[in-house]
Amino acid sequence: MNWKTFMALLARDAHVARRNIVPLMLQTFLQPLLFVFIFGRVMVGSGYMPAVYKSQLLPGIMAISMVFTGIWAVAMPLIAEFQFTREIEDRLLAPIDISWVAIEKIVAGLIQALVGGLVVIPLAWIILRPGLELHLTNPLLFICITLLVAGFSACGGLALGCSVNQQHIGLMFSMVMTPMIFFGCTYYPWSALSKFPILQKVVLINPLAYASEGLRATLVPQFPHLSLPFILAALVTFDVLLLVVGLRQFRAKAVS
Amino acid sequence: MNSAIRTVDLRKVYSSAPPAAAGRTGAAPPTVKRDKAPKPQITALDGINLDVTPGQIFGLLGPNGAGKSTTVGILTTRVRPTSGTAWIGEYDVWRDQTAAKRLIGVVAQRPNLDFSLTAREILLFHGAYFGLSSTERTERANALLDRFKLTDRANELVRGFSGGMMQRMSIARAMMHDPQVLFLDEPSVGLDPQTRLLLWEIIREYNQKGRTILLTTHNMEEADTLCERLAIIDHGRIISSGTPAELKASIPGGYLLRLRFAQHSAPLLEKLGTLAGVTEARASGDGGADLYASRGGAMISEIVSAAAGFGVELSDVHISEPSLENLFLHHTGRSLRE
Repeated sequence: MNWKTFMALLARDAHVARRNIVPLMLQTFLQPLLFVFIFGRVMVGSGYMPAVYKSQLLPGIMAISMVFTGIWAVAMPLIAEFQFTREIEDRLLAPIDISWVAIEKIVAGLIQALVGGLVVIPLAWIILRPGLELHLTNPLLFICITLLVAGFSACGGLALGCSVNQQHIGLMFSMVMTPMIFFGCTYYPWSALSKFPILQKVVLINPLAYASEGLRATLVPQFPHLSLPFILAALVTFDVLLLVVGLRQFRAKAVS
Repeated sequence: MNSAIRTVDLRKVYSSAPPAAAGRTGAAPPTVKRDKAPKPQITALDGINLDVTPGQIFGLLGPNGAGKSTTVGILTTRVRPTSGTAWIGEYDVWRDQTAAKRLIGVVAQRPNLDFSLTAREILLFHGAYFGLSSTERTERANALLDRFKLTDRANELVRGFSGGMMQRMSIARAMMHDPQVLFLDEPSVGLDPQTRLLLWEIIREYNQKGRTILLTTHNMEEADTLCERLAIIDHGRIISSGTPAELKASIPGGYLLRLRFAQHSAPLLEKLGTLAGVTEARASGDGGADLYASRGGAMISEIVSAAAGFGVELSDVHISEPSLENLFLHHTGRSLRE
């Protein structure tokens, strides 16, 4: 393993992210912020939603922000770089095994996903207070969950980025991202689906559901949520699965 | 082992369309097997053996789709060989990819610059990937930008560069880590004559530092003036190799006279083959004939009178001196430009 090269690859991605910081911020935070504002502030303030909804909504918004930042940060550049311009070639020719080029992308995506998720907390706090009740009782577990969530997002981004063509990006959003958000227990806790038993089972194939529930379990444990061991086991499974698939897709795409 | 580049029996069969970077192989009819799998199998390389000694400028000459880019792709770890082995120095390219990558610099057929970076940053980050120190990176980047006349635009994103500038930039980047072996895939395509001369000068200069250069081209002039050794490649096979002089000397007769008659006549062709100095006479298309001969223009009057004897009129004639183009034509019956 060649750390110098790995760090240089990471430095390149950091440099590009810094250069694109404004569009990156807008892209990451605008949608979750609007959701927080409308659902948490407007709808609660006007009496359509109970006040406790604020606290239940925040982990879901954080999960969306984190997962989509991670997927976006890895998938979008990869789709572009593997297409016509073959921009990634220079990095594939760097003196390092090409799997590490993919892992570097995952690490870069993971960091961006963490930032994307964690920044939602203070922003939401500003919009939603008073009435927001966060109880971070086990910080270690919270870190663990956020890392696993950021991890599967970045790995998922790798798998998607190496499987989707540029002309299918729109399709990727409508076929993958949108159903993921709506069936991801983001705007409602998993327990709220108890009246829809089939749906309640089906959403368990959605990794975002574990992200939302995991963050709920660690940030607002006072509300019902999936059991933590189950969430952790599912998140680890998704991390490993998407990593393996992502690396395989990357190698297939990188070498003809 | 004392080779900079070596391949033994290299084969590559694509089961899907080869990537554009590996050359849009024209999928020559005899190599497409339709009977077996639903996916067409395209044989891009069919047993390539190369041996390039260190410090040489070696050229792979052939038309589009001959397999030049696929050969470069395998040698630069970007294409997995179906069978056979390739070495850069002592490293098996497929097994010791990282070690092989340290020794090579690659200029792909199409510019593949990092569009998110400026020209200078491309060089600096490339140097960093290869573990160069910060001062070394800066010095080399400045020198290369200067050498390639890109200093004025060094701090601009390369997205807005012209094709020629991108090409220069790609070559500068490939030289950034001072590789032992430099691969240039069709380096002068799309360059204006002036830039082409600058490029040739830079390639020679780099070679004089003892570096090995493998370039692919379908430009005879480039192959002839730049390369010390050449392999002529067509349909994934090497059809001839040697120094440009050796290769040209191997053309029977040396001169090629491409004749066109008002109508075709087999007895005339036979007669032409018996003229003094003619080593080979071949029919070429409708009413055409190719003569390989030791004389050029001096033969015209004999040809005209021979044709007149069969009541055939000579309508066009083109004489070319010994050249690689003629060599290619001789081996394949096709022009390099076809």
